[in-house]
Amino acid sequence: MPLYQHTIGTQHYVFKDLKDVMAKATPARSGDDLAGVSADDAEQRVAAQMTLADLPLTTFLNDCVIPYESDEVTRLIIDGHDRDAFQSISHLTVGDFRNWLLSDQANTAALSKMAAGITPEMAAATSKIMRIQDLVTVSKKCSVVTQFRNTIGLPGRLATRLQPNHPTDDPTGIAASIVDGLLYGAGDAVIGVNPASDNVARVTQIVNMLDDIIHEYQIPTQSCVLTHVTSTLMAIEAGARVDLVFQSIAGTEAANRSFGINCQLLTEAREAALSLKRGTVGQHVMYFETGQGSALSAQANQGVDQQTCEARAYAVARQFKPLLVNTVVGFIGPEYLFNGKQIIRAGLEDHFCGKLMGLPMGCDICYTNHAEADQDDMDVLLTLLANAGCHFIMGVPGADDIMLNYQSTSFHDALYARRLLGLKPAPEFEAWLASVGIASSQGPFQLTNQLPTHFAQALRRLT
Amino acid sequence: MSNAADTPSLVASNPWSTLKQFTPARIALGLAGSSLPTAPQLEFQLAHARARDAVYHELDTNTLTTTLRRDERLSGWPCVVLHSAAADRLTYLKRPDQGRTLHTASRDALLRLKKNTARTQFDVAFVIVDGLSARAVETQALPVLKNSLERLTHAGFTVAPITIITHGRVAIADEVGELLGAKLVVVMIGERPGLSTPHSMGMYITWDPKRGLTDESRNCISNIHADGLSHSQAEEKLYYLISQAHRRRLSGIDLKDETDIRVIDALAPNKNFLVSESSHDSASAPPEH
Repeated sequence: MPLYQHTIGTQHYVFKDLKDVMAKATPARSGDDLAGVSADDAEQRVAAQMTLADLPLTTFLNDCVIPYESDEVTRLIIDGHDRDAFQSISHLTVGDFRNWLLSDQANTAALSKMAAGITPEMAAATSKIMRIQDLVTVSKKCSVVTQFRNTIGLPGRLATRLQPNHPTDDPTGIAASIVDGLLYGAGDAVIGVNPASDNVARVTQIVNMLDDIIHEYQIPTQSCVLTHVTSTLMAIEAGARVDLVFQSIAGTEAANRSFGINCQLLTEAREAALSLKRGTVGQHVMYFETGQGSALSAQANQGVDQQTCEARAYAVARQFKPLLVNTVVGFIGPEYLFNGKQIIRAGLEDHFCGKLMGLPMGCDICYTNHAEADQDDMDVLLTLLANAGCHFIMGVPGADDIMLNYQSTSFHDALYARRLLGLKPAPEFEAWLASVGIASSQGPFQLTNQLPTHFAQALRRLT
Repeated sequence: MSNAADTPSLVASNPWSTLKQFTPARIALGLAGSSLPTAPQLEFQLAHARARDAVYHELDTNTLTTTLRRDERLSGWPCVVLHSAAADRLTYLKRPDQGRTLHTASRDALLRLKKNTARTQFDVAFVIVDGLSARAVETQALPVLKNSLERLTHAGFTVAPITIITHGRVAIADEVGELLGAKLVVVMIGERPGLSTPHSMGMYITWDPKRGLTDESRNCISNIHADGLSHSQAEEKLYYLISQAHRRRLSGIDLKDETDIRVIDALAPNKNFLVSESSHDSASAPPEH
């Protein structure tokens, strides 16, 4: 086993193993303290970062944070590694990989070419020695484009998931929030409902309702009901018109087991969705959600720090060619990310690691009421992610999710980011917004705040 | 939501505000430029302030036990107040492991209680836990509990003494259930407070509770509050899951909540105002009738 050590002056630092040096190099966060894996003090943290910086990238192919024999995610990472894509960076250390990523040599084409050669641990290790401006700079250069009924991830675009949740899944209540979102220009990433019930009949009903709406208004977008993959499979069997299959995933086999999933089940689910052939411009049919701390909360982190676990979840996601990957960064609570500062950094780390590995990353910029965070913190993360080229954010009415009881980004927040940086929705969706009169057809993206004829007719049905 | 602070000439209202009557969601808030007008902005800040206060509210165990003991339908039902290993709210927030474990003195108290009861095993144990909103269980737990106890005992289930736990998390009930010798444990717990719903309760059902179980072993009924799932709906679902868990001797992802299946025809046309009647014959829809 290689020795992980570093000397600063007269102080000699030795780390037990790869996962120990990775954990101790991680910028401070409550979840790693809770797991008992974080650095003892600030200097030891930097010593660990210096140790990491000197490691050749090939280290991560020869030494695993969780053993190959006992974890299917590790096997996925090692067996699925693309040596050709890795070739051009195989001689670099972690520290020089950071230098290379920041250099002009690392342009969009070069980054796309080597994405499949980057393992989660390489991405995580590099992010641990990067500042926020580094994470933004490199993410911005990455390009990942995915398609189902529209095109997500093009430069100069920022998409939104319309999240019209309702505490009792009331169809009229859900429809009311959908109208609000569409008329605010939201919904190009997906119209995605978190159901209050995992009842398969209820899930099927919501899936079909969303499809009816997309069909009636000819909206170039896709729908999703975010329920367990086994429920979605049952709904498909029951005839539900499923666009995207959703699942929460994590970075260890044990954590995924606690979610009731494994790679085989995800393979079956993807094949079931593909068999429906519902995409029009592409067939990316999976929607994954992740978040730092999920492995630890299932007591399945196996001594690995939460940010490395999170990056490993992206290896699972990458296997299934998703349309969308969403890091739900602040949802898990203050025991994992204590305050605004920790949430902001984690969101940018996740976005960076995912993009570097070639994933269509979005972020649920969010916090719970028991975290030391507020709207100002979300504004900071939103502004940074929008600059970093984040694919999509959530659109929740007034930023208040009345079903899941947390705060995310609002339709107004998306308008702010689009106006500030000149960003537009997905092109197909942008054209639809203009054609029905929701947004102006010329110049920067701007709402008309008019009620289009078709929607006015719908509202008249209410009286 | 009142827009009293906003002058009409400076703020654009949305021409779909009539939809507000159909959802508690913050829709049709209007626009100041592309941004949120002042009135809804401050409404939001007020709601956040209230939710923050709810997180730090301490469970009033005295009132809870007094109400339980005075209730004529429950009079004499044994109940005991216990504490997790987390000493205060801040520790509770940072250390979920402590919130999942009983304090040593509480464990001893529970073992003494168990020793003094005639039964060695129970079909069901109820555990009331403050979680992230003590007010939620203060207002929602007892109405559901009373109806549930009545139905369960009538159906012949044996029910353990009721435990009330402060600074607790869901999994603390695994330890309680194990120590009590319960075949199944029901946790009633305050959910993380939302802006519009600072007092929402959730219930978790776990078959064969023992320390170390994770979420895939549980079923959840969430959003029990005034504007969400009613007490009677929650009790209905709870009884279904308890009886199914007993019948099949399991809980978790293999046990789906199918209580609504009798009333939902999944493939029937969805009636909502956004979809006109004719569109149900659309090409992508499966055949009906």
